[in-house]
Amino acid sequence: MGFDIENYLTDQSKKNVILFYKGNVDSDVINHVLDTVEDKMVQINEQAKLRKKVYNVLVESLQNLYHHVDKVPEDFEDQTSEKFGLLIVEKVDYGYKIITGNFVHADNIEKLEEKIKRINRSSHEEIKELYKFILNHQRISAKGGGGLGLVDIARKTGNKLDYTFKRYNDKYSFFYLNILVDEREQV
Amino acid sequence: MEPIIIEGTPKTPTVKFDAIEGVFEIKGRSIPENSVEFYKPLVDWLDTYKETPLIKTVVNIRLEYFNTSSSKCILDVFKKLEAIHKAKNEVEVNWYYEEDDEDMLEAGEDYESIIRVPFKMIEIVE
Repeated sequence: MGFDIENYLTDQSKKNVILFYKGNVDSDVINHVLDTVEDKMVQINEQAKLRKKVYNVLVESLQNLYHHVDKVPEDFEDQTSEKFGLLIVEKVDYGYKIITGNFVHADNIEKLEEKIKRINRSSHEEIKELYKFILNHQRISAKGGGGLGLVDIARKTGNKLDYTFKRYNDKYSFFYLNILVDEREQV
Repeated sequence: MEPIIIEGTPKTPTVKFDAIEGVFEIKGRSIPENSVEFYKPLVDWLDTYKETPLIKTVVNIRLEYFNTSSSKCILDVFKKLEAIHKAKNEVEVNWYYEEDDEDMLEAGEDYESIIRVPFKMIEIVE
């Protein structure tokens, strides 16, 4: 795979990775991840404010995977995971980094990228307005998503959404979303 | 009307809707994957309540966390309350948020700006 997860984990100081998961993202996995990360943050006496932000962002990132991932390519090693996703939670200076990864079918890349670009060129105030607009006007989709996850993540973190699409084959790319949740003052 | 009483779980809130007292409460965490399934009975119940509401209804929302999927369902709950208010009944929403939880305060303000019902923002100081 393009962005080599194993390399990422050895490149950086591994001890700061609180959680690493790849596989099927179902309801039980989500519960387990949330409990693990929450316990860990309590253990190290993380400030309530940061703890809540991290928890919120984790919920949205995991449920984004749960509701939106595309099927895995036919030649991918893991064929048993219906909703294959990747998650890394890492402690960094001033906060946490949450990285998610999932396959996106070529047909869906443009739409997803457009959405992220729109969020990234918006000011904090515009993101707030966008959130309210979607909340009030868009129904919950057949997949169960509300279309608000990424907007909420950008709003709560106050940071741009850092992402890459790594080509897997003609039909699929692997989408990485790199989210920074930190306690530095937001403008 | 039979009240709704639902015990909270790690992913769904405690709910108490009492049509005799006119006090409705949603409390705890609301982060289920399928929020429509959880909220639909509440919205349906409010649909019946709004036919013959009390002259005053008090709604206490005291959430620790809620996901974006719940946020739409909570809006549906508020829309029912708005209809009750529009029919000249008193409705008051108390939106609780923990000290320093600006995100939760802002979430309350979002609803306040969309829904035409008086909101009170109440900070919980430990």
